[in-house]
Amino acid sequence: MHEILSLNHVTFTYAPEEPTVKKAVEDVSFHVEEGEWIAIVGHNGSGKSTIARLISGLLFPQSGTVNVLGQTLSEENLWESRSQIGMVFQNPDNQFVGATVQDDVAFALENNGVPYEDMVERVHEALKQVKMDDFLNHEPQHLSGGQKQRVAIAGALALRPRLLILDEATSMLDPQGRQEVLSVVRDLREKTGLTVLSITHDLEEAVMADRLLFMNGGKKYAEGTPSEIFALGDQLIELGLDLPFAMKLTKLLQAESVQLQGENMTEEQLVNDLWTSNFKK
Amino acid sequence: MMDKMIFGRFIPGDSFVHRLDPRSKLIFVFAFIIVVFLANNTPTYIVLLAFTLLVILMSRIKLYFLINGLKPIIILMVFTFLLHIFFTKEGPLIFEWKFIHIYEQGLRQGIYISIRFLVLVFVTSILTLTTSPISITDGMEVLLGPLKKFKLPVHELALMMSISLRFIPTLMDETDKIMKAQMARGSDITTGPIKDRIKAVVPLLVPLFVSAFKRAEDLATAMEVRGYRGGEGRTRYRQLKWSIEDTVALLSIVVITAILVYLRS
Ligand SMILES: Nc1ncnc2c1ncn2[C@@H]1O[C@H](COP(=O)(O)OP(=O)(O)OP(=O)(O)O)[C@@H](O)[C@H]1O
Ligand SMILES: [Mg+2]
Repeated sequence: MHEILSLNHVTFTYAPEEPTVKKAVEDVSFHVEEGEWIAIVGHNGSGKSTIARLISGLLFPQSGTVNVLGQTLSEENLWESRSQIGMVFQNPDNQFVGATVQDDVAFALENNGVPYEDMVERVHEALKQVKMDDFLNHEPQHLSGGQKQRVAIAGALALRPRLLILDEATSMLDPQGRQEVLSVVRDLREKTGLTVLSITHDLEEAVMADRLLFMNGGKKYAEGTPSEIFALGDQLIELGLDLPFAMKLTKLLQAESVQLQGENMTEEQLVNDLWTSNFKK
Repeated sequence: MMDKMIFGRFIPGDSFVHRLDPRSKLIFVFAFIIVVFLANNTPTYIVLLAFTLLVILMSRIKLYFLINGLKPIIILMVFTFLLHIFFTKEGPLIFEWKFIHIYEQGLRQGIYISIRFLVLVFVTSILTLTTSPISITDGMEVLLGPLKKFKLPVHELALMMSISLRFIPTLMDETDKIMKAQMARGSDITTGPIKDRIKAVVPLLVPLFVSAFKRAEDLATAMEVRGYRGGEGRTRYRQLKWSIEDTVALLSIVVITAILVYLRS
């Protein structure tokens, strides 16, 4: 396996002159391997977006290093590194630059000086990957939020990045839009093995990741597979994080002395658990 | 009322004029504005009118629609016509009734000025009606390209234009939402004395500005992350194609100029 990204003892504060102000990110280290899906969870203001900004070189750490594809991020390799990273933000409207869907997808390609013939091919390919290829000439105001986010993902994919960062990309969408976006990301990973770093409050989304990073007050509180993290149970709730719905239901059912085996992080697992345990009776 | 107004609106279509390159259309309109001033007698004005009608015909935009949409401007035109009729006192008197005296030169000048006004408004409207704002921006960017040598930030201006155009509907929606939110809180913008109404607009503008700045900041971040660093080394996805039709359109202007120079007195 190949390392895509690593943070080493990264510390960042928005107010470097005032040492009394709490640091937005404090001594955070983690690494991401190629092909992994890693999710960062944590309550509001725990430093998640700041980490994303540090990775994309919008901010530089006061101490520690950020390494993208084996290179320490600096002013010199900033733009090269950005061309390897695709990033999708929260608000679907505020990241749509182009006049139409295809113009928007081409934006990053234009910036990187990709020749015209290549661009046409890549725009079509990227839009096909997010299933928006029927909307080439649509204007943003005629698209739903989920569609706009898929276009934003296509805009990131067109550059063929090694890493896709989603900063609460689904949090402004309705359940259907959220499903659309998540299923696109899942498909992409299956087909292309894209590395994904998603920042999210949506626990169903977090459960889909291979590994979770739990942030609390600018520090990394815990790191592990979703089942390891959610096994923390009450500790999580104390720190402002909820448990996935299926897990809470499992706990309640167990309290009512229904025989259940696992922790059931997803609805599907819970349903399977329910019928198998009923079957055994 | 706003729906009928066609000044600055774009009507998609597939006519000869629609398909022309925005560059040739812009040059055409610019040249036409100058050429119009060559006309100075009846035959030349007839030629101008006929030529304008031909342009309208080729754009397949209905004359009725055009006149209807430009009503406010036509009223202005009638007004200038009347001014000329009543206040130019040259040539033989052709009509007299009580205090109204109309002289031949007055009538002539009135008609000429009106035609000039009409053809200018029609031809520029045809440009905006048949060209999407973003294409006009593209065309301008290329045509103004040489001015980059004089440190004019042509690319930046064009990008600013296209982003503003892109955000107009978004901000309109937002204004609507804020207006409804403030109305739900009891603010009243549509009735009452002007002073109260202006006061009621303030709580509408403040949130609108705050959110517009937030949007601008988000957009700037998104653009930077997507590798935007100015016009240098950038390629273009929106390609402009100059075809034989474009050359024909520009030649027609040359022909018209020749005819006007020949006919003018
Ligand atoms: N531009 C800024 N200037 C000053 N302080 C900031 C700025 N952006 C964030 N902060 C502060 O840094 C801390 C971490 O913010 P960050 O945006 O990274 O949190 P987050 O985990 O993304 O929160 P959320 O879930 O609300 O998006 C917060 O205390 C916040 O108040
Ligand atoms: Mg955030």
